Amino acid sequence: MSAGAAVLLAAGVAHVASLAVEVPYWGQSLLRVLGGAVAVLLPAGTIVYVFLFKMMSFMQSRLGPMDAGPYGSLQLVAEVGKWLQKEDIVPERADARIFKIAPVVVLVSTFLLVAVVPFGPDAWFTDFEGGVFYALAVSSISVLGILIAGWSSANKYSLLGGLRAAGQLIAYELPMVLAVVGVVIQAGTMNLQDIVVAQNAGSIFGFAGLGNPYVLTQFVGFVVFMIAVQAELTQAPFDMPIAESELVSGYMTEYSGFRFLIFFIGEFATAGVFAMIASVLFLGGWGVPFAWFGWTGLDDVSGWMNLAGPVIVLTKMMLVTFLIMWVRFSYPRFREDQLQKFAWKVLIPVSLANIAVTSVLKVAV
Amino acid sequence: MTLLGDRERLSYIAAQAADSRLNVELETEGMTLNIGPQHPATHGTLRIIARLDGEQVVWAEPSCGYMHRGYEKLAEVRTYPQVTTLVNRIDWLGSFANEVPFILAAEKLMGVEAPPRAQYIRTILFELSRIANVSLFLGDLGVQLGAITPVFLAFRDREYVLNLIEAATGGRFHPNFDRIGGLKDDLPAGWVDETRSVTKKLRRFCDEIEDLLFGNEIFQSRTRGIGVIPRDVALQYGLSGANLRASGVDWDLRRDHDLPMAWKHAQWKVWTHPDGDSFARCWVRLQEVREATRIVDQLLDAIPAGPVMAKVPKIIKVPEGEAWVSTENPLGEMGYYVVSRGDLGPFRVKIRSASFNNISIVPWLLRGVYVPDIVTILASLYFILGDIDR
Repeated sequence: MSAGAAVLLAAGVAHVASLAVEVPYWGQSLLRVLGGAVAVLLPAGTIVYVFLFKMMSFMQSRLGPMDAGPYGSLQLVAEVGKWLQKEDIVPERADARIFKIAPVVVLVSTFLLVAVVPFGPDAWFTDFEGGVFYALAVSSISVLGILIAGWSSANKYSLLGGLRAAGQLIAYELPMVLAVVGVVIQAGTMNLQDIVVAQNAGSIFGFAGLGNPYVLTQFVGFVVFMIAVQAELTQAPFDMPIAESELVSGYMTEYSGFRFLIFFIGEFATAGVFAMIASVLFLGGWGVPFAWFGWTGLDDVSGWMNLAGPVIVLTKMMLVTFLIMWVRFSYPRFREDQLQKFAWKVLIPVSLANIAVTSVLKVAV
Repeated sequence: MTLLGDRERLSYIAAQAADSRLNVELETEGMTLNIGPQHPATHGTLRIIARLDGEQVVWAEPSCGYMHRGYEKLAEVRTYPQVTTLVNRIDWLGSFANEVPFILAAEKLMGVEAPPRAQYIRTILFELSRIANVSLFLGDLGVQLGAITPVFLAFRDREYVLNLIEAATGGRFHPNFDRIGGLKDDLPAGWVDETRSVTKKLRRFCDEIEDLLFGNEIFQSRTRGIGVIPRDVALQYGLSGANLRASGVDWDLRRDHDLPMAWKHAQWKVWTHPDGDSFARCWVRLQEVREATRIVDQLLDAIPAGPVMAKVPKIIKVPEGEAWVSTENPLGEMGYYVVSRGDLGPFRVKIRSASFNNISIVPWLLRGVYVPDIVTILASLYFILGDIDR
């Protein structure tokens, strides 16, 4: 993880004039691309090994992979090798060009998403005011990829899976946005970096030892957000687009070899990135409570937080991902209509009420 | 459709309404979906042809026979002791239970009866294969509904039962242990104590599954009210076993038939459920596993001493005649109609297997349901492909 942190740091500090390192524009871009790749792929690999291979196995009273590397830690490398060797099959009646683009579209949305996640006071890829807005917008691009994957495969199961995914992801986009609005109101900004600072510089009734992580004040929002994330990631109990016992593999049915691998990476990378965003919005992101070190704002924060920050974010990400995976491995699947009912009749009213209460308190207190 | 409860009538009307409502509001083109013969929900090679409107099933028809192995015909060219090897493979998860009705039919024709000890051991092994069979169903239920964990618990605990069957008979899946006039061997030493500890584990497994699945709200919302079979529809379609009991029919051949088996020596309960939906079918099966462990426990305590084999000639020739014996197998009523002409092998064997009749209700049941419910209904009807196609 520290290797990843170092690259992230490099990507971040590239902007910092105080370091007096003059990096040309192409160099900065290259560093950002490398940092982005690490920030997406490293969590994805860790999540697959720790949760999919090991935690799931322990929950199911088995050991999981044990042969490739110590405790099967190189299993993922072996799996990737296997997938890369497989034939790249495009069904005869498929719309070949669209079929080939689809997995890339899904993965691209993940990469775009990580761009606004702050990893430290200076360690970020891009820092702009509409961060929350941007994150919620680009996360919907994956729907497009899934929809065209389902349509172009020329397979009835894929089509059903793709359409289910479209309906589901659109329905759950809304509660997710509404859940985040509570945080935005409370922080008074849409910039993710400022949201982190607001949480860590804040205090609860004058007690600053914990900062003010919004998971406490926005608990309803956090729960709604996590449920919506679960649905966005099409993980159980919302995995009808894949639903292997009904639709074989849904929109991924016809994919093989490295295209399937891209879908697979996309699934877990998106889980990781969404967990990062959840940790930024609700758990204080890269920061520690500023009161510990007597900092008051972003300008006071010591430079070493650029190194510690990525590690803290990744730790919190693992905690959030643990929740996601725990639910995934335990629950049966909803039916499509029950899922829609749940979104429109429960989640959206609850998050609207949350917004109303938050606004009233924001003005009153 | 007389004598229906309100609930049953409503579900029937809903299915009818779904049938006529389709394509009225919006002129859409239907899609024919072939579910199977290779599909994760069909436990093998069942094929279901479903015409869909969106995700709603307009019409569905199971198509079976992809795994037909011709056991009825094969049995005609085998000797009596060889037939048990064949019929083991009909319902491959509860294989010992397949041998018993055939052996009982042959014994009936020959006029021999197994000694009491053999009857007890037969019954115990019969119930153990029921546990092995139905406990896997309970786990598989989770997978069909999207919960991946319970099936591993089921495989873990079924292993204990299979080990027991292996220790007693030498075969885990296909024991081939039942003989005309008794059993091949007596029980090995220590088997009785081992079995007692296993039944305890299985009861704990039942509690675990009840916690994990039956208490889960998503599970309940996926199964309650889905695939309701009213009582007289179930009777008309010739359902048997847990599917029939879940529709409120108190019918169990272990209790109702007077067979030379040891069920009558144990205290146990036949569970029924008034609802007739998928949840009821699953719930009745869960209770069945519990009752089976109770039966095994009681029979282990009361097992009499003595030989396990009656006096039968070395070369078995069954006298001329016809006999029908059916038992309550894990999947439902399984029976053999054996016609003998006094040869070494049967002249004709008709096998009545439960799953074949149980899936005959599928077209009736699948009208108007959604695609995910197809999986729920098929899982809760619980068939085994070998039992359908024989």
